[in-house]
Amino acid sequence: MSTLDLVSPLPGTFYRRPSPDSPPFKDDGEAVAVGDVIGLVEVMKNFQEVTAEVAGDGVRFLVEDAEAVMAGQVLAQVDA
Amino acid sequence: MSIASVFIANRGEIAVRINRACRELGLRVVQAASAADLDSLAARLADEVVEIGPPPAAKSYLDIERVVAAARDSGCDAVHPGYGFLAENADFADAVVAAGMRFIGPSGDAIRLLGDKVEARRVAQAAGVPVVPGSDGRLDTLEEATALAAQIGYPVMIKAAAGGGGRGIRIVHDAAELARQFPQASGEARAAFGDGGLYVEKVIEHARHVEVQLLGDGERFVHCYERECSLQRRRQKVWEEAPAFGLDQALRERLCASAVALAAAVHYRGAGTVEYLYDPRTHEFYFIEVNTRIQVEHPVTEMITGIDLVATMIRIAGGEPLPFAQDQVRPAGHAIECRINAEDPARNFMPGPGTVTALTVPQGEGVRFDTLLYAGYAVPPFYDSLLGKLIVHGPDRDTCLERLRDALAGLDIVGLATTRGLHEALARDADVIAGRTDTRFLEPWLAREFVPAAAP
Repeated sequence: MSTLDLVSPLPGTFYRRPSPDSPPFKDDGEAVAVGDVIGLVEVMKNFQEVTAEVAGDGVRFLVEDAEAVMAGQVLAQVDA
Repeated sequence: MSIASVFIANRGEIAVRINRACRELGLRVVQAASAADLDSLAARLADEVVEIGPPPAAKSYLDIERVVAAARDSGCDAVHPGYGFLAENADFADAVVAAGMRFIGPSGDAIRLLGDKVEARRVAQAAGVPVVPGSDGRLDTLEEATALAAQIGYPVMIKAAAGGGGRGIRIVHDAAELARQFPQASGEARAAFGDGGLYVEKVIEHARHVEVQLLGDGERFVHCYERECSLQRRRQKVWEEAPAFGLDQALRERLCASAVALAAAVHYRGAGTVEYLYDPRTHEFYFIEVNTRIQVEHPVTEMITGIDLVATMIRIAGGEPLPFAQDQVRPAGHAIECRINAEDPARNFMPGPGTVTALTVPQGEGVRFDTLLYAGYAVPPFYDSLLGKLIVHGPDRDTCLERLRDALAGLDIVGLATTRGLHEALARDADVIAGRTDTRFLEPWLAREFVPAAAP
């Protein structure tokens, strides 16, 4: 088994939920398929979906909700 | 004046602008900065910089407790909120005062009162300011709505009394359409909000956005004439002018006097703006709302009046009386402001951060560029996309437009996509030049006329 990274395509503020009172796009430990939305990145008040480019099980987020991220930063990891 | 030092609780170009006003007044400046703004132009220009939290605004510029504590600990006498962030947050204004500092703006109570749309409309009406004709309260039956619509004239807008944010708004053009839509709208409102009550309001078609700049010291109130801000995209202003073109003197006086009456009614203190819809066909104007802060587009007013609005609001907060009377506010010439945003017109105005590798700012008679940029600056991704405002003044509107075209050609921001090219196209457009614009002009114009240059 190997560990794969899910990275942010953009710099900005990362959100795990579509809105503050919604459940997260992905709960910790959930499986992720290619193309699944795992969060949003806010760039200059514009919200962009972050979609998974790799698939795997047992997602673990390395970034808190509403935390600043850089382009290319690892947001989460999955087992594949 | 009882202020010797100012804490700037904002960022970007307005922080730079406030810094300049403080220097004019000989005041010490302490700049609030998130971790992403420690290298900003505003931080570089300040006497002292205080880090107030991580980059996301919710954890820094919007955190009342943190900002107030940082201001108090800095030893400043006053806090300038700028625009956006906490500028129209009544609790913030109260917290600043409770911590023993001056809030550079109106009282928390005035912000609260004027920030409530229903209350503000009531205050405006009581002060004799025309409001958009509509129902005074909720309407529960189609009969009531039909009678009102006949009185105010079609088209009318139906909206849920309990709603907000534009949800469930319908526009109807005659009584038959109203009879069809009213029960549906009422049913939807009941389903969405648990309340089927509706408001009916006249639709002002082809309206222009005009607004009046106010200054008050709590006892005396003056206006600094009006601005025209109809060129908007997604309800965001992109180009503003002063004065508003095509208003005759009597109308201008009535418009500005109505704003002063409103300021007097609430004993307004500081700088503020009353926004109106103006119908150029009937020459009627209607109150929209009051903004209890300095506005992005304040420089066009400064250019035609010669008044430093930001310095004046600081002096008023420091306890000075309004330094001039109404007859000393004498507008001259015409001014236009173009908002230069870090957005790519070729990609549907997608905002994008980046590093400015080179910067050339136009010079010339009547040209001003208020900006957060310097060569080498990395524009962070966390805040809005406004990079700067190119403001041009001329003796008349045609000369102003001519100078604007020159100034836009002389502005060169290398390293990221900007909206400069949009303004070049607007400044050459026949309808813009002739002033044939309203709040619905820009979006169809973009779809129809605007071919953005490919990114370099």
